[in-house]
Amino acid sequence: MKAPVSWIRELVDLPADVTTDDLTARLTALGLKLEAVERAGAGITGPLVVGRVLTMEPEPQKNGKTINWCTVDVGDANGTGEPQGIVCGAHNFAPGDLVVTVLPGGVLPGDFRISARKTYGHVSAGMICSSSELGLGEEHDGIIVLPADAGEPGDDVFDLLGLREEVIEFEINPDRAYALSLRGIAREAALAYDLPYVDPAERDVPPADDHGHPVVVDDAAGCPLFVARTVNGFDATAPTPDWMVRRLQQAGMRSISLGVDVTNYVMLELGQPLHAYDGDTLDGAIRVRRAEPGERITTLDDTDRELSPEDLLITDATGPIGIAGVMGGARTEMSASTTHVVVESAHFDATSVFRSGKRHRISSEAGKRNERGVDPRLPEVAADRAVELLTALGGGRADTGVTVVGQAPAPAVVHARADLPARVTGMPISAETTVAHLRAVGCTVEVDGEVLTVTAPTWRPDVTDPFDLVEEVARIVGYDEVPSVLPTEAAGRGLTREQRLRRRVGRVLAGAGCVEAISFPFVGEATFDALGLPAEDPLRRTVRLANPISSEEPAYTTTLLPGLLRAAARNRGRGAAGVALFETGTVAFPVDGGPAPIYGVEQRPSDAELQALLDAIPRQPQHLSVVLAGERERAGWWGEGRDAGWADALAVLRRVATELGIGLEVAAATRMPWHPGRCAEVAVGDGDDRVVVGHAGELHPRVCKAFDLPARSAAVEVDLDALLRHAVDVVPGPVVSGFPLAKEDVALVVAESVTAADVEAALVAGAGELLESIRLFDVYRSEQLGEGRKSLAFALRLRAPDRTLTDDEIVAARQSAVDAAVELTGAVQRV
Amino acid sequence: MSGPNTDFDPVEVTPLKSEEVEAARDAAVAAIEAATDLEQLKAARLEHAGDRSALALANREIGALPPQARKEAGKRIGQARGAVNQALARRQQVLEAEHEERMLVEETVDVTLPTDRLPVGARHPVTTGSELIADIFVAMGWEIAEGPVLEAEWLNFDALNLGPDHPARTMQDTFWADPADHGVVLRTHTSPVQARSMLTRTPPIYIACPGRVFRTDEYDATHSPVFHQVEGLAIDEGITMAHLKGTLDHLVSSLFGAGISTRFRPSYFPFTEPSAEMDMVCFVCRGTGLATGDDGAADAASCRTCRGEGWIELGGCGVVNPRVLTACGIDAERYTGFAFGFGIDRMLMFRHGIEDLRALFEGDVRFTTAFGSEI
Repeated sequence: MKAPVSWIRELVDLPADVTTDDLTARLTALGLKLEAVERAGAGITGPLVVGRVLTMEPEPQKNGKTINWCTVDVGDANGTGEPQGIVCGAHNFAPGDLVVTVLPGGVLPGDFRISARKTYGHVSAGMICSSSELGLGEEHDGIIVLPADAGEPGDDVFDLLGLREEVIEFEINPDRAYALSLRGIAREAALAYDLPYVDPAERDVPPADDHGHPVVVDDAAGCPLFVARTVNGFDATAPTPDWMVRRLQQAGMRSISLGVDVTNYVMLELGQPLHAYDGDTLDGAIRVRRAEPGERITTLDDTDRELSPEDLLITDATGPIGIAGVMGGARTEMSASTTHVVVESAHFDATSVFRSGKRHRISSEAGKRNERGVDPRLPEVAADRAVELLTALGGGRADTGVTVVGQAPAPAVVHARADLPARVTGMPISAETTVAHLRAVGCTVEVDGEVLTVTAPTWRPDVTDPFDLVEEVARIVGYDEVPSVLPTEAAGRGLTREQRLRRRVGRVLAGAGCVEAISFPFVGEATFDALGLPAEDPLRRTVRLANPISSEEPAYTTTLLPGLLRAAARNRGRGAAGVALFETGTVAFPVDGGPAPIYGVEQRPSDAELQALLDAIPRQPQHLSVVLAGERERAGWWGEGRDAGWADALAVLRRVATELGIGLEVAAATRMPWHPGRCAEVAVGDGDDRVVVGHAGELHPRVCKAFDLPARSAAVEVDLDALLRHAVDVVPGPVVSGFPLAKEDVALVVAESVTAADVEAALVAGAGELLESIRLFDVYRSEQLGEGRKSLAFALRLRAPDRTLTDDEIVAARQSAVDAAVELTGAVQRV
Repeated sequence: MSGPNTDFDPVEVTPLKSEEVEAARDAAVAAIEAATDLEQLKAARLEHAGDRSALALANREIGALPPQARKEAGKRIGQARGAVNQALARRQQVLEAEHEERMLVEETVDVTLPTDRLPVGARHPVTTGSELIADIFVAMGWEIAEGPVLEAEWLNFDALNLGPDHPARTMQDTFWADPADHGVVLRTHTSPVQARSMLTRTPPIYIACPGRVFRTDEYDATHSPVFHQVEGLAIDEGITMAHLKGTLDHLVSSLFGAGISTRFRPSYFPFTEPSAEMDMVCFVCRGTGLATGDDGAADAASCRTCRGEGWIELGGCGVVNPRVLTACGIDAERYTGFAFGFGIDRMLMFRHGIEDLRALFEGDVRFTTAFGSEI
C-alpha cells in the first residue's frame, strides 16, 4: 500500500514539524511495516518555475526536425524580469500557455544539470519540461501544459506538481487489512501521535428506497450486503483532475478514465472496492449468485474464463458481468460514451473472494482488499462518496434511487479479563490502560468488574479472540516496553543420545579428512539411470512432488549419493586433485496407504488419529554417504601420492563404526552403483538384531564416467539411524594387561574364494581367550602357491590378564588357531 | 712382547716390568687421545684395551709370577688398565658429543616444507551453526526436538492456525507431495516439530527445533528453495512476552557478543498472538549504522552488514496463539507459551559475511574447510 504523506495529512492533522522518517518510525512501532519511502522530486533542485510562453517560432532543421525558438516570461525568477529564450523540441503548446520551466542552475533527475548553452543557432537558457524529464512518469506526450489558473510566471512549481511529495509504501499484514486505505493509515497516524481522528467514513448517506437499480442476492452468505447507486447524464469523457491523477499514480495505479478513476480513488481513500457499470449495457436486475456449470465470462483484462460453480458472480439477465469482489466483466464495462453509471459497492465473503482469485489467478486491487476483509459498514458510504465525485467531476446527477440489499455482518464481541494484556506480555498494564487503548483503536468496551466485553470495530474483522485484544493494547503501550526476563523453569536432559552420536560421526569423518556437504534432495529418473540402478531397484520408488522446482527432478531422493557425486565432480572441475565429501541427511521412501487426514483444530486429535497421521507420511531415515574421488594422499617431497579406492571407503566407514563401538560385518555384494567385484555389504548386530546398514566400495566405472569422476572413485552409503541404534551405549571399561606380549605370525594358504574375514574368524575362534588382537599384514600370491590360491599372513598377539604366558601355552594357542583355520577354511599352513 | 709364560721359572717376566707396563699404558692413552672419531676410538680400544692388547696379555702373565710378586704386578697392571679405561671413557664422551653435534647439524631440514600429505576435513557451517545455537539452548535447560521433512499438511498448517485458505498453502509457496490432495508437504518451517512436541508431551515444554525447510523460492544469492531454520517453543505456566524477549536477548548476546540485544516490531503470524518481528542490534556497527574504517574510526559511509539501519532483521516471534495450544491438546487456560524462528543460513551469511547463499549448497571444499569442525 502506497500512501502519499500529503493525503495522510489531509485526513489527520499532524503537526507541521513531523518528518516522514518520524512518521514511518511511529507507524512501524504500531505494526505498519515500512517498505520504502518514495520522494517524487528526488534529484530535482530549482529554479523550477511557472513560465508563460510569449512567442514561439518554428524553425525547421536539416535533420528533418522542427524546433521551436520560444521566449518565455518567467517573472523575476531569472533575476532580470526579461523574457527567457529557450529552444524546445515539443509542439503540444501555444503562445499564452503556462509551462514548467527549469532555468540555468537547476538540476533534473539523473544529475541533469541545466545551463545556458548554444544549440540550433540560439542560446537556450533553460528548458521547458515534460513529465518524464521531471521523473513524474510518461503519461503524456510532449511538455507539461499547466492549467490557465495554475499560477503566475515565476511561481515555484514544486508544490504545484507534487514534487515535494513523499509517498510511504507499507507492507500490510493480513490482520491490518483496514490499512489498505488512507482511512486506515491515517487512523494509525492519529493513534501514533495521540491526535483526534475524524473518520472519512462518518458520512450521512441517503436512505435505501425501492427505485434504485434492481438487485437480487441469491447467496447472502457470499454477499451479505449489496449497494447500488446510479448517476445519470455523466460525461465519461470529462478529464480526471490532475490532483486525482497524481494521487492514483502515487498510490501505484494508472489513470484510465474519470469513471474508473473515481472508483479507484474511493477505494484508496476508504478501502471499499467499487465497480462502475455502464448502466445502458445492463440487462435487467443485477443478481448475485454462484456460477452455473460451464458458464464463462470475459473479464476486464480481456481474458475469457471458465467459471467454477464455487465462483460467486455478479450477473444480469444475459449472464455474468463480474466475478464477485475480484474483477468485473468486459460486456458491461464503461466506455467513452457511457452516460448512465451504476455503481456497485458490496461486501463479499472474504474466503469466497480468495478462492476465486486463486482459482483464476487474478491478483487485483479489489481482490486484495476483499479477500483480507473489508469494513462491512463501508458499502453505503463508499457508494455515496463515489456518486459525489462522479457528479462533481463528470457533470451528471445522482439518481434518487438507492438500492441496499442485505445488511452488514455484526462485528465480533470478545470477552476478556482486564489483566490479560499484563499477564500475556509481562508488561505492567493496568485495567484502565487496557480499556483506554482498546477504545483508542475503535473498540467499544464495557467493563464489568474484572471482565471486559469488547465489541471490535467494524473495520477489524481479524479481532475475534482475547489474545487479539492483547496485541492491540501491547502495540500502543509499545513493544519496546516489554521487559527482558529469562525463564527459569526449564530442566532439560541435554542432547539425546542420537543427537550426540550424530555429532560424533560428523567429527570423526572430518577427522578422517572428509568435508561435509549439503545437497538439494531432488532427483529424477535420469539421476537413477546415471547411478545404473536396474528398473526394479527399490531406490527408484520415490515420493514425488506435485510442484517440483524442475520437472527433470520431481522426486525426493532415496539416496544421498547423487548430490555428493555432483559436488565431487564440481570440486574436481574447479581444480581439486582429490576430494572427500560426506553428507548426513534425510531420504524418503513412500508408504502404502491413503492420504494423511486433515483434522479439525477445535481439539487435539485422539492418539489413534494422530497415529494414523504419522503412519501416512513417508518413511524418512537419516542416511550417511561418503564419496572419495581422486587423490586421497597427496604427492609431495615425501614421495608419491595415492588415489582413493575401495579400501578408503571401507576405512572411513570402519572409523565411524569404531567411534560408535560397533563391529561391522563385511561381505562381498553386487549392487549398483558400485563395482560388482569391489562392493561390500555392511551389516551390524547379531541374530534377529542383525541388519544390513548399507554398502561401501569402489564405484562402477560407468557411474564414475556418468558423473565425470575419476576411475576408482569410491563411495559409502549407510542407514545412519540403523547404525546409531547399534552404537554401544555404555562402554564397558577394558582390562589392560601389563604382562608380556607374545607375538605369533601365521601364514595360511587358502583358495581365492576364501575371504580374509573367514580366515580371521576361524583364527579368532581357535585361538581362544588368550588372543588379544589379530591383524592381517600380508597377502601373497605366487606360482609356487598355484593358480587360484593365496597366502594370508596374520599377526596374532597373545596375552593373559594375570600372568606371563608359558611357551607351551603360546604354542598351544597358536596351534589351536591354525587348526581351526584348517578345519573351517581348508587352509594349509605355509612354512 | 712375548707369548704366554710357559715355564714356572720365577724370573721377572718382561711384560710385567714397570717400565713396560707404563709404556703400554702411555701408548694406549696416546692412541685413545689421538682418535678423532668413534671409529678410530673403537680401533684404539681393540688394540689397547682388547683381549689381545699388551696390558691384557700382561695381565695373563700375573698368574705365572711367584705369589709374592703377584700383588705388586697386579696392582701395577690394574692401575694401568684403569687409566686406559678412563681415557677411553673420557674420549668416548668427547667424541660422542662431537658426533651428536655433527649429526644434528647434518640432519637439519627445511622446516618450511609443506606437510599437507593427508587431506583436511570439515563439517558444514550449517551443521555447526545449528549445534552452536542448540548448545546455547541446552545450556538454558532446553531440549532439541526434531521431525521429518516430509510432513503431514495438518501438522505443518492446520495445527498452527494456518487455515485451509491461508495464502501460504498455495502451490506458489509450498512443495506438495504428489498427489497434492494427499495431505503431505515438504515442511515450510520447523513449526510442525513444535506441534509434534505439544501433541506428545505435557508442559513444561522448552524446545528448540533446528532443521531443513523448503519453499518454492527462486534460487539466487539470497533465496533458496532449501534452507534451514531454528525455531523455539516454551510452554509453561506464567510464560509472557517478557520471557520471549529475555530468551532472545540471551541468544543473540551468546551468538554475537555481550551487549547485543533485540527489539520487537508488531507483526502478524497465524500461530502467534501477539506477534512480532525481531531485530537485533547490528553486531558490526553496534547500532550506529555507520561503517567502521580500517583504523577503527567510524566514517560517514553506512555499515555494510545492516545497510546503515543499525539493526538486523532476525525473524519472527510471539506468544503462542491459544488456538494452537487447543489444537495440540494443551490447556490454554492454564498454560501460555512463546515461539520464535529465524533462518540459520541467513544468520550465517551476516555473521560470517557470506555474500552468496548458494555457497552453502555447492559443496566446494574450499568454502567449507574454512569453517573447521566447530563454528
